[in-house]
Amino acid sequence: MLKKIMRYSGQGLFYGLFVSVIGYFSVAPAYVHFPADQALIKVSFSHAGQPLEECRVRTAEELEKLPPNMRVPVVCGRERSPVKFELELDGELLYRAELPPAGLSRDGASTVYQRFAVPAGRYRLRTRLNDSVRVPDFNYTQETDVTVVPGQVFVVDFNAHTGGFVFK
Amino acid sequence: MLRYLVAQSGDEIFRRRALLKTIQRSGRLAFTLVEHAFDHAFGPRINPFYHLGALSFFFFWVVTASGIYLFIFFETSIEGAYRSVEYLTHEQWYLGSVARSLHRYASDAMVIVVLLHLAREFVLDRYRGVRWYAWITGVLLLWFLYASGIGGYWLVWDRLAQYIAVVTAEWFDWLPIFGEPMARNFLNNAAVSDRFFSLLSFLHIGIPLFLLLGMWIHILRISVAKTNPPRAIMIGTLLALTVLSALYPALSQGPADLDTVVSVVRPDWFYLALYPLIDVWSPGVAWGIAGGGTLLLMILPWLPRRREAAAAVVSLPNCNGCGRCFADCPYSAVIMLPRTDGLPYDSQASVNPDLCTACGICVGACPTATPFRRKTELIAGIDMPLLAIRTIREKTLTATTKLEGQDRVLVYGCQPGIDLTGLAQKGVGVLTLPCVAALTPSFIDFVITRHHADGVMLVGCAAGDCYHRLGVDWTEQRLAGQRDPYLRGRVPRERIATAWVAPSGAKRLTQALDAFRSRLRDMGPYQKGGSLPPPSASPSSNHGEVSDAAYRLG
Repeated sequence: MLKKIMRYSGQGLFYGLFVSVIGYFSVAPAYVHFPADQALIKVSFSHAGQPLEECRVRTAEELEKLPPNMRVPVVCGRERSPVKFELELDGELLYRAELPPAGLSRDGASTVYQRFAVPAGRYRLRTRLNDSVRVPDFNYTQETDVTVVPGQVFVVDFNAHTGGFVFK
Repeated sequence: MLRYLVAQSGDEIFRRRALLKTIQRSGRLAFTLVEHAFDHAFGPRINPFYHLGALSFFFFWVVTASGIYLFIFFETSIEGAYRSVEYLTHEQWYLGSVARSLHRYASDAMVIVVLLHLAREFVLDRYRGVRWYAWITGVLLLWFLYASGIGGYWLVWDRLAQYIAVVTAEWFDWLPIFGEPMARNFLNNAAVSDRFFSLLSFLHIGIPLFLLLGMWIHILRISVAKTNPPRAIMIGTLLALTVLSALYPALSQGPADLDTVVSVVRPDWFYLALYPLIDVWSPGVAWGIAGGGTLLLMILPWLPRRREAAAAVVSLPNCNGCGRCFADCPYSAVIMLPRTDGLPYDSQASVNPDLCTACGICVGACPTATPFRRKTELIAGIDMPLLAIRTIREKTLTATTKLEGQDRVLVYGCQPGIDLTGLAQKGVGVLTLPCVAALTPSFIDFVITRHHADGVMLVGCAAGDCYHRLGVDWTEQRLAGQRDPYLRGRVPRERIATAWVAPSGAKRLTQALDAFRSRLRDMGPYQKGGSLPPPSASPSSNHGEVSDAAYRLG
């Protein structure tokens, strides 16, 4: 009888230990993923640069040589320009990148996803973007004053159809 | 030059083997210590360590059943996901909360038993040779297990889900396979739509279904796979998890808000242990750990490769196609084919050498493998080239010839089990087989009724933890008359002892042997028809779960 009691007690102990380990490690210890006094600036966009070469109008002779169903008057190269991007915070360069177009033929969009932890506070934010090799300078520029609070996510996006940079 | 290279590669293999053996020996020691403690509490029959694979199946079903209940109430939308889980947790605390907690805790339990199962099979060297298939499929299943569990955390759409979503996306974005960064889908609240939760729900059902399919593939090459643990452990673990769920329910960590960054999370470390490394080191390092670790585990069976002993061989003139070897082979290495030699039987056995571990269980099942045969040369219908039945007979006779006294015992042991060299003494002969089930019961009959020894002791792996999976079960069933080939009724059962002991049970084994010999002395010499078993020692009770350690250790 005593042996049986000991045995069942042992089983209870092991079951208890098993579920205690599960119960504890399923939520503990806590992990600090991000400092509580900082904010996060996320830079992310997906933008297709301008074609690398200018589109060209085919001559009448060229069109004549093509089958009738392929006589497209304007021909454009597939490859796109890389997108150059810069982010400045209070006049200091925080991030600069030349983003290549995606795809084997380099005809896709240039994409970026970067995040920067910054102390909460007020900043002067300046973003610049160039999406054409034929334009010497940045063809999109935007500046703004932004105040970020602890834990805030501030997103810098870009959409050419809505005029350029989008701050959210 | 060639000789030099061969010598170098030989040295390298030798070094690898030595390292492997050291790691395995250390691991085995650790497992032995823990299992020994569990043996005391549970007994070897229901020791959870001997049923880790089956337990993972059981936890999968618990997760499935609780998940089906949760899915009835789950809303697949941004607002609804969190709200419905909160409803289950707080409004329906009596059932929904328990189901949610069971869903989480059983999936955590599954991770624990799966990882222990993996480590144990490694240290016991049960992953190489013909077992490579189960090993590799098992390693791949880890990915499905983790994907299933981590996907489930997304569905809650709390702060932890937000953390997992963002970090997972950033982790996958490191791979140069996505046109647009996945993390853009979690830039802010506006980036997530309700359709995302429909996709997540679909994935959280689909991936576990693939996991289940993989679990079936994992055991495909194993005959009589044990996918259900003993009832006592099922009840015990389910009860313990239910109590935990009731007392310490799983809770959400506040609603997700992608407009703010998650600062502190309380991760489920069983599933998310890798995630902080993605932050602290880099996604590339995390991929290196996960991918490299998987790759290493997958090639492990060949580092170095295990060379099995020569496979079993069928002797067609002696095979009557009874199919017992086919039924008993734990590795599905024996198949039955239509007869090809013109003998008047329907089928014949055939061995697939790629699946055979040379355990000899097929020989133990063969009714022709009897030492009583005299008219023809002793060749069994199926036999082991390295330890033929004829050799076992010769070794039996050699081992018993020197025995003296009225308590002579011949111990048949198994090679992967406890070391029996210390057991051999005056009056005790020892013969080690690849597996204790490689012995046909007729050998016991032969030894006792022909007066070669006064008793026979069968020593195998701990019950429930047979190295060759089914050796102990088949032996017990053969002795109990429940499985062919039976032990003949004329053999006095009280002259047979079985001891299923773990490597740590040397002391108990010696005690059991001494007690057995003492009983043999009391019985006196075997006399034909004059030594009937006492009522308490009928085959069923003698070979069932008995408390008398003199007869059976378990």
